[in-house]
Amino acid sequence: MRPILMKGHERPLTFLKYNRDGDLLFSCAKDHNPTVWFADNGERLGTYRGHNGAVWSCDVSRDSAMLITGSADQTAKIWNVKTGTPVYTFNFDSPTRSVDLAVGDKLAVITTDPFMGLTSAIHIKQIARDPDDQIGESVLTLKGPQGRINRAVWGPLNRTIISAGEDSVVRIWDSETGKLLKESDKEDGHKKPITSLSKSTDGSHFLTGSLDKSAKLWDIRTLALIKTYVTERPVNAVAMSPLLNHVVLGGGQDASAVTTTDHRAGKFEAKFYDKILTEEIGGVKGHFGPINALAFNPDGRSFASGGEDGYVRLHHFDPDYFNIKI
Amino acid sequence: MTVEAATQPSKLRWGELEEDDGEDLDFLLPPKQVIGPDENGIKKVVEYKFNDEGNKVKITTTTRIRKLANARLSKRAVERRSWPKFGDAVHEDVGARLTMVSTEEILLERPRAPGSKQEETKVAGDPLAQMGKGGAVLMVCRTCGKKGDHWTSRCPYKDLAQPSETFIDKPPSDANAAAGGVTKGAYVPPSMRGGGTTERSGTDMRRRNEENSVRVTNLSEDTREPDLLELFRPFGAVSRVYVAIDQKTGTSRGFGFVNFVNREDAERAINKLNGYGYDNLILRVEWAAPRAN
Repeated sequence: MRPILMKGHERPLTFLKYNRDGDLLFSCAKDHNPTVWFADNGERLGTYRGHNGAVWSCDVSRDSAMLITGSADQTAKIWNVKTGTPVYTFNFDSPTRSVDLAVGDKLAVITTDPFMGLTSAIHIKQIARDPDDQIGESVLTLKGPQGRINRAVWGPLNRTIISAGEDSVVRIWDSETGKLLKESDKEDGHKKPITSLSKSTDGSHFLTGSLDKSAKLWDIRTLALIKTYVTERPVNAVAMSPLLNHVVLGGGQDASAVTTTDHRAGKFEAKFYDKILTEEIGGVKGHFGPINALAFNPDGRSFASGGEDGYVRLHHFDPDYFNIKI
Repeated sequence: MTVEAATQPSKLRWGELEEDDGEDLDFLLPPKQVIGPDENGIKKVVEYKFNDEGNKVKITTTTRIRKLANARLSKRAVERRSWPKFGDAVHEDVGARLTMVSTEEILLERPRAPGSKQEETKVAGDPLAQMGKGGAVLMVCRTCGKKGDHWTSRCPYKDLAQPSETFIDKPPSDANAAAGGVTKGAYVPPSMRGGGTTERSGTDMRRRNEENSVRVTNLSEDTREPDLLELFRPFGAVSRVYVAIDQKTGTSRGFGFVNFVNREDAERAINKLNGYGYDNLILRVEWAAPRAN
């Protein structure tokens, strides 16, 4: 395959997200402008100007009309996808790290970093259908985990929230009462900070990637460990194919070590693993730096990777990818 | 596509038109007509033009519109396709080249050749065959030499094995050679120091590296010098072990050298370890050829 290279960002990529139809790709980077691209040919549709810091993550509503982004400028913004105009700004006292919209797009979970003596927190916000009715108050605020919460997503039926972060523990919270329901235990869990978390398409299980050079597959209800995928490099990004039983892990050596070693030592590949057999299927090379973000097109026929090198690479699979047998 | 020239009676006289050449006469033409597409996807476009000789020409273009089989976009996605650009994308000039198709063909690189795994599973199906293949041959204790009983790290005779000899990296001649030459003011290369012993120290050093030297190839990437020492020590006193490391990646290049004190020991090691399975690879052990220069 010949990947499409998209060089719209001037700083390392942080997050990638496809809309539900799979025709738009949203990219966030440490430069301040989230960007939207056409996912088939990589043409840039527009940028969302208004943030004043690195943008850490984003989510798009089911009807692709509303985009929410979380940024290090201590705000989370709601945007009009079509025009690129900011609709509403949530202000926080510390940088926001992760945003995720609930099923139905009426609630959003936003995490904030520990900052100037404040501990990290998970905020649940109501999203109004009409932007004029939007309010900034949190429905619920969860506190407790030590260190940054790198990702928080909604569980089945919006009843739970799954969080993972620097303390390398996966937690399941009740989204109404705020009670901690489950915690991953020491033996099964990750040994180093969890960098990424991605849900399966049907929402029955999720995948976490960690700096301990492994990724783990968990049941979303029982938090039972299903599989472990072991790799050679710290994992920065994970994604699951909606079409085949494949998982993709992205990572690479620490960015600070890149210039001191040969490019071959970096192993900046997107590694494909068989979801069930946990065996490596192959690797896709190309980035000059660690892979920070991965996303699968909802049709499963292409995927995008974003690297520390500032490039988004859009890969449309060759037909023989779909016939790979282990 | 069909082109039919129709000479239609025109109200203006050609002679009058000739005078003001360069002026746009398109307003004299009937407007462009688009017919279809009909249920068969046939679309007709009728256009009128002046040709080079100034005659009015009617051009009928017939095209068939086909729907692509794999274009299964939702109505909304099609609509989004025509959205106007916004943000920084508005002022994008053609030369910006933000989006490029990679010039390089990137393949999904398989960790092993396709098909090779299937053979392995076939063997694995037969438990006896597996015993013969995986267990007995590969599980060789490097301390006591027992096959298929235990791994080296679990060897019950580990403590009985002689402790590894410390290496003498520097040839002893180096020290006194250096001491001999310091009094002179001019620089003297180390090989020339020590007056009369000039050629001795130089050739001696080289010979040290080549004497009873055994080359080991097809080492696994994880093999380090202590592993090699552990492997070769049972055959006799070893004076030097070296594993080639890639300067750039810091990984092993897959070969190394072992020097023995006694030639017989080296010979025994070659006979014993050539073709030996070590870390899932078959070792190749041979006499090291002297360097060409």
